[in-house]
Amino acid sequence: MAGYIVRRVLQAIPVLLGTTFLIYFMVFAMPGDPVVALFGDKTPPPQVLEAVREQYHLDQPFIVQYLLFLGGIFRGDFGTSFSGQPVSEILATTFPVTLRLALMAIFIEMVFGITIGLISGLRKGGIFDASFLVVSLILISLPVFVVAFVAQYVFAIQLGWFRTTAGPGAPIQDLILPAIVLATISFAQIVRLTRASVIETDTQDFVRTAASKGLSRRRIVPVHILRNSLIPVVTYLAVDFGTLMVGATVTEGIFNVPGVGRTLYQAIIRNEAATVVSFVTVMVLIYLFVNLLVDLLYAVLDPRIRYAK
Amino acid sequence: MKIKRIGVAAIALAAAGALALSGCATSSEPAAPEGDATAIITTNGSEPQNPLIPTNTNETGGGKILDSIFAGLIYYDAKGAPVNDMAESIETDDAQNYTIKIKADQKFTNGDPVDAESFVKAWNYGAALDNAQLSSYFFDSIEGFSYDENVPELSGLKVVDDLTFTVKLKQPESDFPLRLGYSAFFPVPAAAWDDLAAFGENPIGNGPYMLDGEGAWKHNERIDLVKNEDYQGPRQAVNGGLDIIFYATQDAAYADLQGGNLDVIDAIPDSALGTYETDFEGRSVNQAVAVFQSFVIPDRLAHFGGEEGKLRRAAISHAIDRQEVTDVIFSGTRTPAHDFTSPVIDGYSEDIPGSDVLDFDADKAKELWAEADAISPWSGSFQIGYNADGGHQGWVDAVANQLKNNLGIDASGAPYPTFAEFRTAITDRTIQTAFRTGWQGDYPSLSNFLGPIYVTGAGSNDGDYSNPEFDALIKEGLGETDVQAGIEKFQQAQEILFEDLPAIPLWYATANGAWGENVDNVEFGWNGVPLHYEITKAAASK
Repeated sequence: MAGYIVRRVLQAIPVLLGTTFLIYFMVFAMPGDPVVALFGDKTPPPQVLEAVREQYHLDQPFIVQYLLFLGGIFRGDFGTSFSGQPVSEILATTFPVTLRLALMAIFIEMVFGITIGLISGLRKGGIFDASFLVVSLILISLPVFVVAFVAQYVFAIQLGWFRTTAGPGAPIQDLILPAIVLATISFAQIVRLTRASVIETDTQDFVRTAASKGLSRRRIVPVHILRNSLIPVVTYLAVDFGTLMVGATVTEGIFNVPGVGRTLYQAIIRNEAATVVSFVTVMVLIYLFVNLLVDLLYAVLDPRIRYAK
Repeated sequence: MKIKRIGVAAIALAAAGALALSGCATSSEPAAPEGDATAIITTNGSEPQNPLIPTNTNETGGGKILDSIFAGLIYYDAKGAPVNDMAESIETDDAQNYTIKIKADQKFTNGDPVDAESFVKAWNYGAALDNAQLSSYFFDSIEGFSYDENVPELSGLKVVDDLTFTVKLKQPESDFPLRLGYSAFFPVPAAAWDDLAAFGENPIGNGPYMLDGEGAWKHNERIDLVKNEDYQGPRQAVNGGLDIIFYATQDAAYADLQGGNLDVIDAIPDSALGTYETDFEGRSVNQAVAVFQSFVIPDRLAHFGGEEGKLRRAAISHAIDRQEVTDVIFSGTRTPAHDFTSPVIDGYSEDIPGSDVLDFDADKAKELWAEADAISPWSGSFQIGYNADGGHQGWVDAVANQLKNNLGIDASGAPYPTFAEFRTAITDRTIQTAFRTGWQGDYPSLSNFLGPIYVTGAGSNDGDYSNPEFDALIKEGLGETDVQAGIEKFQQAQEILFEDLPAIPLWYATANGAWGENVDNVEFGWNGVPLHYEITKAAASK
């Protein structure tokens, strides 16, 4: 087990190096000069452009810029944004916000998705199953910004149940509505995944054995069916958690949540290589970590799974 | 000898404006209710792109904050007229040598005095090439300024005594005092120079507001300002403070105004342009602002030089129905252009000779185009370059369609994916089409809309336009010490532009804003930003 973890962590190093290099290269290769864009529609004298470029090492060749950046990371220095703020500080203020939002969304979709999926699977073909089939199809087909705008307009502006956008410090109560919106993206998938998995598990030999052993349905459903049905769902949730950490850009924009997605979007628009690459690096780290966690969870869910030494 | 006292004239102007305003108020509505002097006004903003150093801030996100926490020599009132703020007087008798006196006993919020040194040092820092300040070009008319070498101290700036300094320009420029309300010219306290990075993060100013303690700038989220009780200038805040919330989208800000979380917004999302005036009836504005939009046709494009070029440019201008585009595409939030400046600028006129080239006239357009074809037959396609990330596609396509229909030529938009890519192509002159451009006035002066863009070799002359007659008129206008005489020269210069049409004027942007029920006295300035210090807010009752 320990050896397995160490190997996985070591594997992460080349992945990290590769991704930072690729991302840095892509930002570098983005056409257009970020320094020119700093001046808006006005054209600055070339000497000023030169001086500003020098300040951010933008006059150096790509490989020098990349090595400077990489060297900085090892010293804990992620560079600075154009506004003069250390990127490490931006990371420290935005990631907790997005993490909170993502965890809330995951919690919501887990509780509702797995419960509804389980009931649908056990009562396959019933009225409950059919109606949630329709609901999940509708949710799958709606783009997230439509859900977000409608939810904001109805629940925040018209009914006044929630704050329209996240207030100072993005407290938990202000994140409930955005979390629900985020949860709707994957909620439908989780329902369908759980349902299919439950139906399949229900026909397995060990379920029949448990039943013929005289166990009550009340015991069979959570212990034998649900637990064994969760493997694909947990895998999906892990991938989804990564997506939520990264892809909440639209929702964060609409609800003005000062998190990763919104900040990254702005950094991309402003061609701030240091910010973009640092954010992506941390995201890659999170992704790797969550995937490792999920692989370890498999063993808990299904004792048949063992990790090779 | 004629001495010009800008300060006095400006105050007289401001007084006249106030009289006119109060006259209005008594006839239409009772005096505004007294606000709560401790109430905090909340408004929209965006994360400043650069540290909050006056000479390094050139965009509206940071500009809005700096204008609130700093006080320059002058400020601009709602109409754009200059009023003395920190200046006691700004005097000149030749438009080239200025003597600036500062009001006594003005202080920064850390107790440092606002003196001649605090201005001169800040300007020297901003001008020096090695400091790579984004607004350095504002100082290039001061004697000693150079882009070829680092000049740590401008020879044109001299401290006379604690409260007096002199400015010598390279050449007479009568609108120099008008520029002094721009953020690049703000003073910086002595304490800043020890650690400028820390200052950029927690700026110490001398304006109507100040930061609400260390770390009031919560990056990507908001900045909280409170009233500066030590500020003695004319922009006294009648409220207790100003919270500027940063938004990534204007939609979110608009939703917050609807939800009651914001008091004032000065930008309306495209999705609400058609409805905001009814959503916020009596609590919204749609007024002209100092932004001029056009598209540039560079001289180097085939068929657009010489006599043929003049004919084709006039034909294109006549072929565009500006009113239709502003009504349909912009829901009336743009005003068709009548000149090359902006209606909010002193000296603006709709009737400059030659401005009828901006009138829509499809027959005339065809006629002129045919005349040009007689010189050299047209071939190819006319394209207008724009950045696809700025919401320009709608109007570019509309204008291209009008050109297609009215001139019978192939015309289309030429999108660049990002603003950076678009501006880079313009700056390095690789763009081979016409291209959109916008000019936001830095300070309310006709010459600011003309000089930097159309004078031979000027910084933002992206179309490489050159006409010695135009250059001479601008120079003469700047040399006039009499404001009216200067305006006349600038108008004559515009007559030349109407003939040459280096850029095709399109429309003026308008300020679009709205406010909530709890606030009053909301007035938008010449640059489209509300005068936050005037806003009153009812005591929190609900």
